[in-house]
Amino acid sequence: MTGEVAVLGAGMHPWGKWGRGFVEYGVTAARAALADAGLEWRDIGSIVGADTVRGGYPGYVAGATFAKALGWQGARVASVYAACASGAQAVAAARAQILAGLADVVLVVGADAAPKGFFRPAGGDRPEDPDWLRFRILGATNPTYFGLYARRRIAVHGDTVEDFAQVKVKNAALGALNPYARYRKPVSAEEVAASAVVADPLRLLDICATSDGGAALVLSSMEFARRRGVAEPVRIRAVSTVTPTYPNTVLDLPDIATDSAAAVEPATGTFRASIARAAYEEAGVGPEDLSLAEVYDLSTALELQWYEDLGLCGEGEGAKLLREGATAPGGRIPVNTSGGLASFGEAVPAQAIAQVCELTWQLRGDAGARQVEHARVGITANQGLFGHGSAVIAMR
Amino acid sequence: MVTGWFAGEGDDFTLLGTRCSACASVFFPREDSHCRNPGCDSGDLVEIPLSRRGRVWSYTDSQYRPPSPYVTDPELPWEPHTLIAVELAAERIVVLGQAVPGVTVADLAVGAEVEVVPGVLHEDGETVWTTWHWRPTGVTA
Ligand SMILES: [Zn+2]
Repeated sequence: MTGEVAVLGAGMHPWGKWGRGFVEYGVTAARAALADAGLEWRDIGSIVGADTVRGGYPGYVAGATFAKALGWQGARVASVYAACASGAQAVAAARAQILAGLADVVLVVGADAAPKGFFRPAGGDRPEDPDWLRFRILGATNPTYFGLYARRRIAVHGDTVEDFAQVKVKNAALGALNPYARYRKPVSAEEVAASAVVADPLRLLDICATSDGGAALVLSSMEFARRRGVAEPVRIRAVSTVTPTYPNTVLDLPDIATDSAAAVEPATGTFRASIARAAYEEAGVGPEDLSLAEVYDLSTALELQWYEDLGLCGEGEGAKLLREGATAPGGRIPVNTSGGLASFGEAVPAQAIAQVCELTWQLRGDAGARQVEHARVGITANQGLFGHGSAVIAMR
Repeated sequence: MVTGWFAGEGDDFTLLGTRCSACASVFFPREDSHCRNPGCDSGDLVEIPLSRRGRVWSYTDSQYRPPSPYVTDPELPWEPHTLIAVELAAERIVVLGQAVPGVTVADLAVGAEVEVVPGVLHEDGETVWTTWHWRPTGVTA
């Protein structure tokens, strides 16, 4: 097991379609996290940003952009790109600096202003880019992959579209209680069923939207936290950033095909399961220790998949766990108490950080009407395009 | 764009992959520079045809017009296309592709057999861009 770092502050900019720049969202989130930590920007020894794209080459920016906006003060800086796992890698970079003694206190920021409509690859003819190829050759948008996974669950595990709708109903009810969520209205199963089919069998309300948003954390050494008089901070115990194991035999975005298992037997368990397993091993806890989980519900059906990948239930039992109410508020293991991506939408570099913000508030007992009673241990799970794993375990 | 991804006409049409001469790992889309098996010292990569028939792993459709670089005529109403992920038994690989035009999700089931056929990705006044399509064979068990 590795050492721990303290979460001294968490902050967000409300998510939505605000039509402003990502710098504004990031700075707002950063100032909120600093205020939450009771620290000044000048107290920060290092800033790590999760990258977004700003028009023009090279255009991938984060850490220094936020540092400039907050006011150059000479802090160490890093920026990371790992698609949807960017936020987790930013947390990992900050943690590594703290544990290595390179910095006492680090500000982690992710923010984005999402384009309208489907996510799409950057422009130009780029046949060396698998993301460009799947759009160009197949017209395979993100929702079509979510549709493939959902249909496969129906065929193999007997899930129903009504099960999928209940995930949205659950998450929308929680999002309604979260002031940072983009969608703050309860949704009924009838409303899900009445929404348009996007990628069979999934409907508009089964699939997360794209959003603007920002999230930030202030992380420090345990010693720094004690010096600040924070005796019992929320602690980060594990950050999983693993890659898949060859052959990766579950079709993943943005690939056109899986690895072949003709020559090498696949490992037991999927890539997603290995992301969680690495986090559990590093933290020295298991699924039975969890008080809550924030998982990457790009689609309602995918949330059920995560239940199994996190070991909250056996393979094929995700829908059963949902039907029992285990993942709802008051259940054995509430999932996506923030409202999830169903309520937030995707702001790619921010979302893995936002998941940790929710854990922080829950573990402190500051989650208001969404509060999970006696929350002690929480996990986040996410997956980044091109083979980036992401999970964080925090505890009180 | 997809040079060397498929070859042949009619019943001889196949997807082309590559196989490592050292460890026999198969790659599609073709991998020509190095074997990706981490336990392999990397042999030569040799072009091979993939099985023409496989079983549906899953399927879906695209009820909304995909963004560019997918090429569609914005003047025409959007006709949803169906996507099928197909398991090839011999290669132990799953390959995604569009279904032949006219096949909808109602025509498909997980486990049903499909075969690869040539198709048109799009065409303009000068060029027809060929691609591969999956077509149900009618065998469902
Ligand atoms: Zn090899």
